[in-house]
Amino acid sequence: MPKQPPRIRSHNFYEVALGYQADIAVEEAARCIQCPKPKCVDNCPVEIDIPGFLKCIAERRFDKGIRILKEKNCLPAICGRVCPQEEQCEMTCVLSKKGGQIAIGRLERFLADWEAQQNQLKLPKVKKKTGKKVAVIGGGPAGLTVAGDLIQLGYDVTILEALHKMGGVLTYGIPEFRLPKAIVSREVDYLKKLGVELVTDFVVGKTRTIDSLLDEFDAIFVGTGAGLPWFMDIPGENLNGVYSANEYLTRMNLMKGYLFPEFDTPIKNHKKVAVIGGGNVAMDCARTALRLGAETRIIYRRSRDELPARLEEIENAEEEGVIFEFLTLPLKYIGDRNGWVREIECLRMELGEPDSSGRRRPVAVEGSEFRFEVDAAVCAIGNSPNPLILSTTPGLEAGKKGNIVADETTGRTARDKIWAGGDVVTGAATVILAMGAGRQAAKSIHEYLTSS
Amino acid sequence: MIVPNLHQITLEAPAVAKEVLPGQFVILRADEDGERTPLSVCDWDREIGTITIMFLNIGSTTNRLAHLQEGTYIPTVVGPLGNATETDHYGTVLCVAGCYGIGSIFPIARALKEKGNRLITVLEARSSYLLYWLERFEHISDEVIHITRDGTSGLRGHVGCLQDYLKTLHKPVDRAIINGCTFLMKTGSETTRPFQIKTIVSLNPIMIDGTGMCGVCRVRVGSATKFACVDGPDFDGHDVDWEELLQRRKTYMNEEVVPFRTSRCESHAYKSRG
Repeated sequence: MPKQPPRIRSHNFYEVALGYQADIAVEEAARCIQCPKPKCVDNCPVEIDIPGFLKCIAERRFDKGIRILKEKNCLPAICGRVCPQEEQCEMTCVLSKKGGQIAIGRLERFLADWEAQQNQLKLPKVKKKTGKKVAVIGGGPAGLTVAGDLIQLGYDVTILEALHKMGGVLTYGIPEFRLPKAIVSREVDYLKKLGVELVTDFVVGKTRTIDSLLDEFDAIFVGTGAGLPWFMDIPGENLNGVYSANEYLTRMNLMKGYLFPEFDTPIKNHKKVAVIGGGNVAMDCARTALRLGAETRIIYRRSRDELPARLEEIENAEEEGVIFEFLTLPLKYIGDRNGWVREIECLRMELGEPDSSGRRRPVAVEGSEFRFEVDAAVCAIGNSPNPLILSTTPGLEAGKKGNIVADETTGRTARDKIWAGGDVVTGAATVILAMGAGRQAAKSIHEYLTSS
Repeated sequence: MIVPNLHQITLEAPAVAKEVLPGQFVILRADEDGERTPLSVCDWDREIGTITIMFLNIGSTTNRLAHLQEGTYIPTVVGPLGNATETDHYGTVLCVAGCYGIGSIFPIARALKEKGNRLITVLEARSSYLLYWLERFEHISDEVIHITRDGTSGLRGHVGCLQDYLKTLHKPVDRAIINGCTFLMKTGSETTRPFQIKTIVSLNPIMIDGTGMCGVCRVRVGSATKFACVDGPDFDGHDVDWEELLQRRKTYMNEEVVPFRTSRCESHAYKSRG
């Protein structure tokens, strides 16, 4: 995959991966041996007909390919860029044994980008209006998917988003260099053209409750995500310069802090940043801090093999110069007398027996405390669902992690007429899983509204 | 501008006006490239669908808000956010306010009066010309006290003056609510502490989303860290770590205050607004 060279891209926010040219795409897609029982499809959360669209690319039938792709995946430009394909379709490709798995994700992206370049947006035929109204709470991947499916089935759909821009994590979480916001706008615009009503600055649970909305809507889908930040609860965490990953990324991505002072939301000029965590969010924070001129470290308590982040992003981070401190656990932040963080004290770890997640458990190495200088730290250890919907909607069942309990196949919750899907149900996960949950919920909502 | 540097704006925001309760706030954006700024709601009209906010012109966003013309649209007014101030029948309630707090405490004072409390209102300012909405407060309060630094109205000094006043009371005050700048709330809380008056303050940390997503508004209250936007903005003034709050509020002082004080001719000439 052609990429901006590391030395250049570590100083700008333009997209890192440049995308395939058509000839490369055709050549790569032609390598697919068109297995009669494709293992790639089995490992795709939404069961895209992968051999199907690969064949179309190989035959230069790009228009047919994108149609096949979009049958199951309504956000291919996004998923092609952010799906952890190395754990999904590409992992089970039969050619992977010889390290030659088809670059399925890049080809998906190729088709999506090709379609966008054609500039011939073909709006699908929308079924006759049913007169029934659905409210989608949350304008992230799950919500956008539900809206896209239901509007085409003839329902009146309104998305109610708390922030001032649609997209959820696609907008506030994932940086410009990984997912250009123009692509997110394009998808949102597409929904608008189909007739979805987009309402921003609307906090369900505060501006109106779900029960109040049920006076007006026939069904509700809750896709409010996992936006509650986790802190480590260690000393010094409230020092100036210590951020949750959500704050750091929201400042940068949603509020365009990296363009301060052209945009008003301020950011600091940090020189030594420590990002705690090993997932995609941690990589995003680290690569953003790096682009703003800081010496950036990832502090992770396990080793490289256990990093949960998408492999391509780990490699990109390494190439760009992010320093990885593996087997390291932060103990506390030390500040100066003005309340600014100046140092972080950590403990060395070693790997012990596997824990419940199957990964080897980090075990402290006694007496190995050490300190190093930082002027900022970003806590990127995870998020859980925001409790607002649960606390303002009686009758919904809450799970142990503050999630909304919903049926795995239909997305139905304990309350009649209320469905839920995506991170708010599963905890922080991926865009494609949210999308898959959205599709299933839309199907279930459709079944319910046609039978009642 | 209703008194020097303090501005009052009424916004058409029917969804917010319908639900807002005393003590809640909204988040505004004055422009597409602007910040998200939290401001308390000082009054509202549920029928017409308007809310009224009060703010000091002290930074780029409040400066833009201060220059808005009637009839202009602003891109974001989201709310009502935060928890409403608890209002019940307590007995005698002391409402202490200064600056923009005079505006934000008004609906709280009004609600407390409606619940049958004896209402003592204390309005604090540097000088008498900075006091406002006096008639509104006279109308609902059983007693109104002014405190001015220069003594041009009422007691001379700062909120600490209340100490002597509280000593003279036969019946103790059952609850105190303080709205205003950090200094006022901190000093006010210290003043009521020896009298063991339950004191509620409305904290003003930096915020971005206002819905509990980012944690920048986190404050130490007692032994716990709370998010002012969803756990507050009201907290017990005797439990708040004021030093930490004051420190955290200064985080962007260099970035926000310093540029605001320069003329920025060049950036005004080239900055695109589209």
